[in-house]
Formats: sequence, C-alpha cells, structure tokens
Amino acid sequence: MNLALADIRHKLGRFVLTCLGLGLLMAVALSMVGIYQGVVTEALALSRSLRADLWVVESGTRGPFAESSRIPGDVREMVARLPGVAAAGAITLRTAEAQAPQGTIRVQVIGYEPGRPGGPSAIATGRGLGATRFEIVADARSGLPLGATLLLGRYRYHVVGTTRGLVASGGDPLIFMQLRDSQDLQFRLAPAAARRAIAANAGSGGTDTVNAIIAQLHPDADPALVAETARRWKHLAALTDQQQSDLLTLSVVNRARVQLGMFTVVLLFVSAVIIALIIYTMTMDKLREIATLKLIGAPDSTIVGLVLQQALLLGGMAYVAAVAIVFSARDVFPRAVVLGPGEVAVMAGVIAVICLLGSLVSIRAALRIEPQQALGG
Amino acid sequence: MAGPLVQVEKLSKTFGAGETAVRALAEVDLVVEAGEVVGLKGPSGSGKSTLLNLIACIQEPTAGRLSIGGETVWDGQWRVPDLRRLRRERIGFIFQSHNLLPFLNAIDNVALAMTLDGVDRSAARQRAGALLDYLQVGKRASAMPARLSGGEAQRVAIARALVNRPQVILADEPTAALDSERARVVMDLLRQVARDQQAAILVVTHDEKIFDRFDRMVALRDGRIEQQQRSAA
Ligand SMILES: Nc1ncnc2c1ncn2[C@@H]1O[C@H](COP(=O)(O)OP(=O)(O)OP(=O)(O)O)[C@@H](O)[C@H]1O
Ligand SMILES: [Mg+2]
Repeated sequence: MNLALADIRHKLGRFVLTCLGLGLLMAVALSMVGIYQGVVTEALALSRSLRADLWVVESGTRGPFAESSRIPGDVREMVARLPGVAAAGAITLRTAEAQAPQGTIRVQVIGYEPGRPGGPSAIATGRGLGATRFEIVADARSGLPLGATLLLGRYRYHVVGTTRGLVASGGDPLIFMQLRDSQDLQFRLAPAAARRAIAANAGSGGTDTVNAIIAQLHPDADPALVAETARRWKHLAALTDQQQSDLLTLSVVNRARVQLGMFTVVLLFVSAVIIALIIYTMTMDKLREIATLKLIGAPDSTIVGLVLQQALLLGGMAYVAAVAIVFSARDVFPRAVVLGPGEVAVMAGVIAVICLLGSLVSIRAALRIEPQQALGG
Repeated sequence: MAGPLVQVEKLSKTFGAGETAVRALAEVDLVVEAGEVVGLKGPSGSGKSTLLNLIACIQEPTAGRLSIGGETVWDGQWRVPDLRRLRRERIGFIFQSHNLLPFLNAIDNVALAMTLDGVDRSAARQRAGALLDYLQVGKRASAMPARLSGGEAQRVAIARALVNRPQVILADEPTAALDSERARVVMDLLRQVARDQQAAILVVTHDEKIFDRFDRMVALRDGRIEQQQRSAA
C-alpha cells in the first residue's frame, strides 16, 4: 500500500486546497514565461508575417521598426531588378488611433501593393485585398469582424478579410491596406505644416514615399550578398531578415526579458520557499506517525519515500492546476500568452527540482525523528 | 534454541549526565522464557517503560547485556547492524495509546507491518484479516482508526504487533484504555498467543484486576527489581 497516497486521501480537502493555492502561484510564474514568449513572438510576428528576405530602407537607418525610414516608392523597381531578387514590394508602416465600432483602438497600419510582397501571410476569414480602394484586412486582435467599418483619419475603411496572430511588437493589431490608401492616410494624418511641404513637392512625385522595400530572394541567392549590392546604392541601407529579427529582439525583447525574467525568478523562488514550508509542515504533522513507522521497523527508504512522494504529488498536482488555470485564462489575458509543450515541460522540470530540493530539509528532519517519539502521551 | 528468548543482565540506563543525570534502570536482571507471560509493575517513574524500550531496542542501554532469542543484541555496543529489521522481524510492540496510523484502515494498519517485511500486499491482508477475526474485530477491518472504539483500536494494534509472528511481544499498559472486561479479554489473548506461538511476552501494567493473568509478576522500584513472584494462577 502506498503510504503517501493513503495519507493524502485521509486529508484530501486540505491537500486539494493546498494544491490549488500553490497552483495559482505557479500559474502566475508560468504566465510570466508565457508573456515573455508572447512578447518575443509578437516582436517577430510582423517581420515574419511579411516573409521578407531583405529589408531595403533609408540610408544610415536601421528601419523601419527600430528607426524611422523614408525612401521614394520607385526604389522598388530598382530593388526588383537586383540580381537574386525574386520579388520586391514597397510598404508603409505607421501606428494610428482608429474608430472601431467598439471604440477607439490603436492599430499598426501597413500599406502594400496587393500581388507584391508585404501582405498578410494567411487570411483567416474573408478574402485578401483586391483592386478596390478603402478596403482593409484586419487582424482578429483588433476585434473588427468581417464587414465592419473602421474610421481612420476621416476615411472609412471596409473590413474584407481577417488574419490571426498578426500584431506589432507593442501588441497592436495589424491593419493591411493598399499602398495608395496608406500614402493618402499618411498625408491626412501628417501635421498641417508637413502636409503643405509634401503638397509643394507633389509635382516631383514627393507623395510617393514609402518606409521600406521588402524583397523576397531566389532560393539560391545569398541574402548578405544581395544586401551588400543594395547598400552600395546611394541613400539606401539593407538588412537581411536575420539582422532585422536581431534588431527587434534586441530593442524590444531584451527589456522584456530582464523584467519578466526577474519576476519569474522571484516567483519561482517564492514558490520554492512555500513548497518547502508546506512539505515541512506536512512532514512534521506526521511526526508521531513517522516515529511509529520507525518503531514497527520501517526502513529509512519507506520514510524518505513517503516525504518525497508527497512532495512530488503536491508539486505535480499544483502544476497541473497551474497549467489548467493558465490555458483556460489566457484568452482573457490582455497580452498574448504563448506556451508551447517545450516551455510547459521545462517548467515542469523546474518545479520537480524545486520539490526535490524543498523536501531535503523535511527528509533530514524526518530521518532524525526517534522511534520513542511515538511513545509520548 | 540457545537460552531464553529475552535475557537481561545487569542492564542499566542513565538519562543525561552530570548533576542532572537520572538513573532510570540500575543493574536489572530479567529472563522471559518462550511461552511465558510476565507482568511488570511498579510506581510511576520506576523504570518500567525504560526497561521495555531497552528490550525493544528503541533506546540504547548504558551498561549491561541484552540478548534476544539467544543472540547478543547489546553488550556495551549494538551487536545487530539493522535494529529496525530486528524489531520488524522479532519484536511486537503494543503501545499504551494504540498508535495506529490514522490514514490507513484497520486491516492495512496490520498488513503494513508485514509489507514492510517484504510480504506482498494480498498475502499480508489475508493474514491481517485472519488475525483481526481472531481478535474479534474482523467486522471493523475496513474502518479508519478514528472510527474505532478504544477497545477495538487496541485490539487492532495488538494484531499489528502479532502479525509478523514475533518471538518477543512487549506491551506498555495495553489495557489502560480498556474496561476490566475488555482488559481480561486482551490478556487472555496474549496468553493464547504465548502458548500458540511460543512467544515471550512482557506486559507493563498498573491494573491489579489482571495480575492473576500473568505467569509471573516483576516489581520495579527506583530502577531496581524489588521482587519477582510466581502468580497464584
Ligand atoms: N527520555 C528521558 N530523558 C530523561 N529522563 C527520562 C527519560 N525517560 C524516562 N526518564 C526518567 O527515567 C525514569 C523512569 O521512567 P519510566 O518512563 O521508565 O517510568 P515508568 O515506570 O514507565 O513510569 P510510568 O508508570 O509513569 O509510565 C523517570 O524518572 C523518568 O523521569
Ligand atoms: Mg511508563
């Protein structure tokens, strides 16, 4: 018969409550890991979803995410002609406040030319953008359903398609529109003085400004080599997708890593102390029973097994509760909580180690209990 | 078998040292033969529990010699490497309060002592059940200790002490929690076990009503044996 289980069954209510409480604590720690993963995923989601092998941006900048970048739209054709480039598309990027049916929302507006790189990688519902103007594809995170209308800078845009999981590094949902629409919008949203300057330049094609050209390369082309060719051109800089991802990770993710990492470590430490205390209390509650076991001749392995199994059961059940809590609550979380089997497994390992370490003190104490302690009173 | 089952020679036990030292037992000699039921009486603090604990190898003597089943267990140092195994296999201990594990039901409390000895669970339960029947608490086999009456719990505890067929059974006031009728039933049971199993049984008791159930009474006073007398019975 298993003594650890029998004892837990005997005090089931208390054990379940303890597991739930501990589970809540672990759930917070697990969410921290999930939120961190979410920040990483979100930071890279935008650049990944655009499937760019190469980013051509304004010379001397590391745009378009880390720094602002403005280049003439006709650069696209030059980039498209570079050896090794399969396709190139001009995009604009800007965050804006928009009036959605449910209220004001912050969105990341991406303008691109349908049929060229820069559009959403996959459409969840509805369709992609066609030739019709004032249409948008909105990410589900914006809360905009198909057919809804979005008011942006006094223009009305019609949602014809939705995507899933496409957000900017700040968590703002992506809104895709035609490049022309986005350039008009840029003009509308610009301060009055800037608008006049742009209008004055209109004759020389000054309104055809984009933020970046993204290029998709032939499979056998070397991104670094193509980037080098692009860089030699005046007023242009080029970043490979890897460099772009590294930039994003560096700027956004490192800060999050430090903050969330600290929280996670503190929470795990608190969990460890609490687990150790609970196990110690559970063991000392059984002082007399353990003494009795020794008196009737139970070997140390039985005593160690009892404490250790209870510690692992406690940690295991609490962790199952934590995973259940996190996965059932993550949709109502304001930030994306991204947890794969990898993170869940690593965390399980961490909890197991914490339980083992936490029970060491208790095991030591249990082994020191003298059989005659069963006799008193 | 060589010699008596329990042999105590000039056994002493001193608690503490220096000015606060308490001499609980002083050069006690005692022999309990197989099949014998010996009673141990004496005023409070006279060393009865201490003597029992020394024989059960729960506490270490300070001087003298202790042998169990003809084998020297202590003579200045432990001569047995695994005391818990010795207790498990050869000694049954009945506590004053029953000391059943609260999280196991009656039959598992009894069977546990056997499974610790490597017997598989179903065989252990079978023997435990039979023993509980023999002690007339078979009906309460699946009850948790908290739901047992004092007498029932004490009999389950006795079953636990007997389950490994120990050669030596030590009981510290096993009948203190029982009325005199139950106390007599328990004593008759122990006598029967001594006879059937050829065990040596040593029972601490204050209860004069059951003095006639012993083959012999040993009286302790201030850690010394005051008198040994054959019972009238
Ligand atoms: N662990 C201990 N540490 C110090 N002194 C002890 C210890 N155990 C017993 N003693 C002392 O040894 C003496 C004998 O104690 P013991 O418990 O053997 O008496 P007893 O005859 O069983 O008494 P009672 O009838 O009250 O149970 C007492 O003076 C007691 O205070
Ligand atoms: Mg006593």
